[in-house]
Amino acid sequence: MYRYDDFDRQLVHERTEQFREQVKRRLAGDITEEQFRPLRLMNGVYLQLHAYMLRVAVPYGTLRADQLRQLGMIARVYDKGYGHFTTRQNIQYNWPKLDEIPDALLDLAKVEMHAIQTSGNCIRNTTTDQYAGAAADEIEDPRPYCELIRQWSTFHPEFTYLPRKFKIAVTGSPNDRAAVKVHDIGLRMHQNDAGETGFEVMVGGGLGRTPFVGKTIREFIGKNDLFSYLEAILRVYNRFGRRDNKYKARIKILVHEEGIDKIRELVEEEWAQIKDGSLRVDDAEIAHYIEQFAPPAFETLSDDDADFERHKSENRRFANWVRSNVIEHKQPGYAIANVSLKPIGGIPGDATDTQMELVADLSEKYSFGDVRVTHEQNLVLPHVKKADLFAVWSELDKADLGTANLGYVTDIISCPGLDYCALATARSIPLSQRISERFGDLDRQHDIGELKIKISGCINACGHHHVGHIGILGLDKRGKEFYQITLGGDASQDASIGKIAGAGFSEAEVVDAIESLVTKYIDIRESGERFIDTYRRVGMDPFKEVLYGDR
Amino acid sequence: MAIVKNDSVIEQEWITVDAEGDLPASDENLIVPLARFKEERDSLLGRNGGLGVQLNPGDAPEDLADDLDRLSIITVNFPAYTDGRGYSYGRVLRERMGFTGELRAVGDVLRDQILYMHRCGFDAYDLKVEGEVALNKVRAALKEMSVYYQPTGDGRVTAQSLRERRRAALQ
Repeated sequence: MYRYDDFDRQLVHERTEQFREQVKRRLAGDITEEQFRPLRLMNGVYLQLHAYMLRVAVPYGTLRADQLRQLGMIARVYDKGYGHFTTRQNIQYNWPKLDEIPDALLDLAKVEMHAIQTSGNCIRNTTTDQYAGAAADEIEDPRPYCELIRQWSTFHPEFTYLPRKFKIAVTGSPNDRAAVKVHDIGLRMHQNDAGETGFEVMVGGGLGRTPFVGKTIREFIGKNDLFSYLEAILRVYNRFGRRDNKYKARIKILVHEEGIDKIRELVEEEWAQIKDGSLRVDDAEIAHYIEQFAPPAFETLSDDDADFERHKSENRRFANWVRSNVIEHKQPGYAIANVSLKPIGGIPGDATDTQMELVADLSEKYSFGDVRVTHEQNLVLPHVKKADLFAVWSELDKADLGTANLGYVTDIISCPGLDYCALATARSIPLSQRISERFGDLDRQHDIGELKIKISGCINACGHHHVGHIGILGLDKRGKEFYQITLGGDASQDASIGKIAGAGFSEAEVVDAIESLVTKYIDIRESGERFIDTYRRVGMDPFKEVLYGDR
Repeated sequence: MAIVKNDSVIEQEWITVDAEGDLPASDENLIVPLARFKEERDSLLGRNGGLGVQLNPGDAPEDLADDLDRLSIITVNFPAYTDGRGYSYGRVLRERMGFTGELRAVGDVLRDQILYMHRCGFDAYDLKVEGEVALNKVRAALKEMSVYYQPTGDGRVTAQSLRERRRAALQ
């Protein structure tokens, strides 16, 4: 894992001191809330419905044990004992006091963490595959490139006042777990005909009010040229992106209005002028970063472990958890263990201080001190010996972290919604809790199979509802919450934007509506089909019929 | 109102006119918007005083390619600090087109943006506060950070090149 050197540490330290001064000026009344706003936003401090919110960056979703332990400590000391993991692989705290935030940032800096660029119209935290460096299907570990992107994008002097926020995601696997096609820039590692590994570059994907799947601007860019190419895209966006309307300011609108061919032409023209400049990264430097993410000291093991098999046959709950939450590892004898933050009826993505500390301890003991945050709001222990899985699960289970529901109908992505957010038009957490309870029975969930429900409490789509197999958008109609259902969204390599099924449902009706969709799917599915596969085969009509009948 | 350049407050020696305004006497130093410069180029270049151009958001600095050596100053307007197009103009002018005259940020120029402007090639800042206060703001802003990840044309040494030097020294 990447360790800060003195340059990285110095940068974060200076930033922390700078913000402490800014908060002091604000508390002393030297600057108004209006003048303070851009300064606090640059440091991840939002003003929510009831309190300030602090969003802490988890670069490319990778945490060390000591970092996660510190996040737990911060939840206890500066918040009400919990934190909320977000779809950007970050964590946010909902109840910090403004005058204590500089101290919280100092405590973060002690473990090489910060809240830089978790808000504002700048390049946000780069996200990637949560199984990076562990997945069996990976072409190459994307994290060295993510770290180079992190450095390139941190306090980029030219791109800190972009038309709008800018999000980059990278996948090193053909099975896209990072939703790269719904990002401003999506990077997919692959090999060209010459056998070199590089990136397909997609641009203009995004969710929000106007969702788009990203378009390929370049089939292949070599590793050495990646950063000058990113700079070329950002410069074109900074110069030509719309600034007249906040809702039309993302690069997706520029790509949509001008067309991908025109944008490609501008980017290529720009790139031609900078590609041989100082942003070209040589092989030696790349090798240096690859070395920092070198695989941990795996033992040479047989892929079969007798104790593991025995525990599975003796303990049905453990076997269920393995079935849903444990993923194949590239190293024989090891596995990837997913820690669900979606207990039945719980709040998606929330973790308490003691839960964070437990996962930190487990990672130290069983996973080389490595923890990942997923954009689906769960945690991962990426390198667990199969022989240790039962011990890990037993500990997780005692702490209500052993729910066996990864990818199932209760593994819901939800934004904070009207319970916290000043922008929300409806509550989303209570709805996700009710759906989770309705489908809580594990056998039923397993029978339903992979089904991604994603809930947003307003049109800004922080809950990614556009790419939910079933998406739910909470709106406000004359003072009453109602929920619009979309079907057929997908954030994977087969990305698609869901279609609106029809009129919205009241809060009282919506869970029944979801259940009727699931029942219909069970009725008509063919062998091996997931919900999304059935939907793609039969289309909207059969589902529309169960929702609306003759209505 | 004060203009800070090279660690001191400088005099305003330029008259800026808009698209329609009357031009001052021929020996006065004059700054005109890019659109007007393009329209009246020949007569403007024939004046006796110094000439500068103001870029507004949406302008293309490339339009000045043939005339850069005749311009003593280019001002880049930031109508709101949130409009960051001027940062790109600064880098294009300095790093690509080789402009060596004064590059002055005007408009909504605030303390917290000055370091970024400097990194993008600006060397003068027109602030909406008085002399000493303006100078102190610029000084404080320029020394707030000391680690830089991105190579720009500003001459600052990046963390990466410092790391390389260190690695080379250790070998």
